[in-house]
Amino acid sequence: MIKNMEFTGKIQESIPAMAVKVAVSRLIGAASGRAGHSGTSLPGKVVLTADKRIIGRISRKYREGTVIVSATNGKTTTSAMIASILKKKGLKVSRNREGANLKAGVASAVLADVSMTGRPGSEIGLFEVDEAALPGVAWQCSPRIMLLMNLFRDQLDRYGELEHIAGLWRAALRSLPEETITVLNADDPMVAGMASVRPERTIFYGIEDAGAGGGKMQHASDSKYCSECGAALRYEAVFVGHLGMYHCGSCGNARPSPTVQARDVRLGGMAGSRFTLVAPEGRMEMEIKLPGLYNVYNALAAAAACMALGMDLRTVSEGLADFSAAFGRVEKLSIEGKAVMLLLVKNPVGFNEVVRTLMIEPGRKTLLLPLNDRTADGRDISWIWDVDMEVLAPAVAAAVTSGTRAWEMAMRLKYAGVGPERIEAVTDLRSALERALELTGTGETLYVLPTYTAMLALRQEIHRHFSTDRELGDLVWK
Amino acid sequence: MEVKLRIAHLYPDLLNIYADRGNIIALRRRCQWRGIGVVLDGFTLGEEPAWMDYDFFYLSGGQDREQNLVCGDLQQKGAGLEEAVESGAVLLSICGGYQLLGEYYRAADGGTMEGVGLFQAHTIAGRDRCIGNVVIETTVTGSPLKLAGFENHAGRTWLDEGQEPLGRVINGHGNNDQDGGEGIVYRNAIGTYLHGPLLPKNTAFTDHLLRLALEHRYGEGVELAPLDDSLEEAARQAALRLGG
Ligand SMILES: [Zn+2]
Repeated sequence: MIKNMEFTGKIQESIPAMAVKVAVSRLIGAASGRAGHSGTSLPGKVVLTADKRIIGRISRKYREGTVIVSATNGKTTTSAMIASILKKKGLKVSRNREGANLKAGVASAVLADVSMTGRPGSEIGLFEVDEAALPGVAWQCSPRIMLLMNLFRDQLDRYGELEHIAGLWRAALRSLPEETITVLNADDPMVAGMASVRPERTIFYGIEDAGAGGGKMQHASDSKYCSECGAALRYEAVFVGHLGMYHCGSCGNARPSPTVQARDVRLGGMAGSRFTLVAPEGRMEMEIKLPGLYNVYNALAAAAACMALGMDLRTVSEGLADFSAAFGRVEKLSIEGKAVMLLLVKNPVGFNEVVRTLMIEPGRKTLLLPLNDRTADGRDISWIWDVDMEVLAPAVAAAVTSGTRAWEMAMRLKYAGVGPERIEAVTDLRSALERALELTGTGETLYVLPTYTAMLALRQEIHRHFSTDRELGDLVWK
Repeated sequence: MEVKLRIAHLYPDLLNIYADRGNIIALRRRCQWRGIGVVLDGFTLGEEPAWMDYDFFYLSGGQDREQNLVCGDLQQKGAGLEEAVESGAVLLSICGGYQLLGEYYRAADGGTMEGVGLFQAHTIAGRDRCIGNVVIETTVTGSPLKLAGFENHAGRTWLDEGQEPLGRVINGHGNNDQDGGEGIVYRNAIGTYLHGPLLPKNTAFTDHLLRLALEHRYGEGVELAPLDDSLEEAARQAALRLGG
């Protein structure tokens, strides 16, 4: 990510024609790439200073329109799933890259395959947009589909409060043209409540299986109040965090009945999950090779968005099948002959889901937990105390903590009930991985749960210093 | 006689932002490791604790909506809470909880939310949030002690003349980003912006509060068995090095 890099608009102001601006931006993109920076957001930033409506100007030319995806959790995975389905249909997709989900990142994406005359090479735009950046991007794009998935507490030090974000989303929805179809998660009270802003052309999706969740409200739950009257909501079923089947006992506000449903959900641990997709078009058995109920949600959201685009069940199912774990948030590989599983953790809800999934796997586990507190991770690491680490504690055979806040994570484990003799804090990532591999017995799996920047750093370390069964390279993070 | 720490957690369902649950976890564990029993009861809107049944009151922060809900209800609880504090019970209030226990909170739009007035302090909403790692030095335990935490607040809190802050800011913003004070101490009641959470890694401070709470119940001279805090101390040292 490029931060605080100053580019004034001065140079561009003297260049009037848009085609020239595009050319300039592409040159800058190439140059910054050569200089070893990731060029993802930079060209967009440069052009935005010159033409604030560049996203709208180009994205409106996509033949199949634009899909916008926003959420606290799962927007990258869901976008990747949608892309896989779109590819099944043979569509050329313009997509922004993970981490480049602010306005500049989207601008870079629309510029990436644009011709000198300002014509896009892609047929459809697919942009995952940061929660807070949504209003700034949405009004320009006039998207065909706006997929809003969930709002969780995430990096509060960046944005302030959930209510604030919800307000931004409502503003974004008000700015959309009449034709836009909004696809909303029925199971998130705050998100489902947004339908009141524009009730027409709304599609709800949700899990229609009361037994799918753990049943118990997790500690990291956020939105437990009625979006209409503020009374506490009653839950008949809790799936992930505050997502579930709910109703308000006070004003009668209730979870809308989802049009696109996941029924008969069967979680199979790390191997993935199966569920029955039920929609007005019919029903179909789905299999996703990503663990946890949260990935069922991601697949369901992707399916709902694609069906709103007019795709049939078969294309959706085949697209999801193509989407392999290699692209997602879980990676399996072998390092120094030991089986290793990488699972990104970035906030309490996501972490809780990882915990839940790990607990489905039999036996005691060896863990590596690198916790960083850089800007992209969230400077405030207090969220680890909201993770239900107590659930995991009895299953911990050994835990190595690492990263800038290795000791804090070690302490969290101790207070969760992991015996201190089973915890080692090794701040240096490379040494931490070496130690964790050492502690992993033959035939066992090492589970690595890093935060965002720790994941990036760890991949570099693995790439440079460890022998693996395959190239990690740019598989996920590019 | 079984020794027990009796905790009343106020509005655990509404004021639970920034993972302040960690503070409760720390209290529970540190008692458990010493064979001290813990009574932990939560009280939300419309529920009034039997104030003298508890020795440790805990109140943290929430989002705006929740704090507004709590504000009115807390007025009803103010007298009982004050009585408990006057009798020497421990009160730890963090962030929004700290603000609500002051005299008033003035929002950015000029609207004023009346507080409980337990602390002689008031809070005025600021334009920017004070966010980051904090280090303060306090003498509340009897000798100078550095506490490490994280702060995230838009409110600027000003103590009335003669009121004692919890500590002096070494790194970070503190009460108002100007006078160098952080938090407030009145008898055994503490208000602070430090979350992170505060108690797990600042063990000398935690045990001090624990001792005060037990003495409120069992009389002076409570001694706590020492614990192996090497991991906590390493975490505190690491956090102290982070600075603001
Ligand atoms: Zn209601």
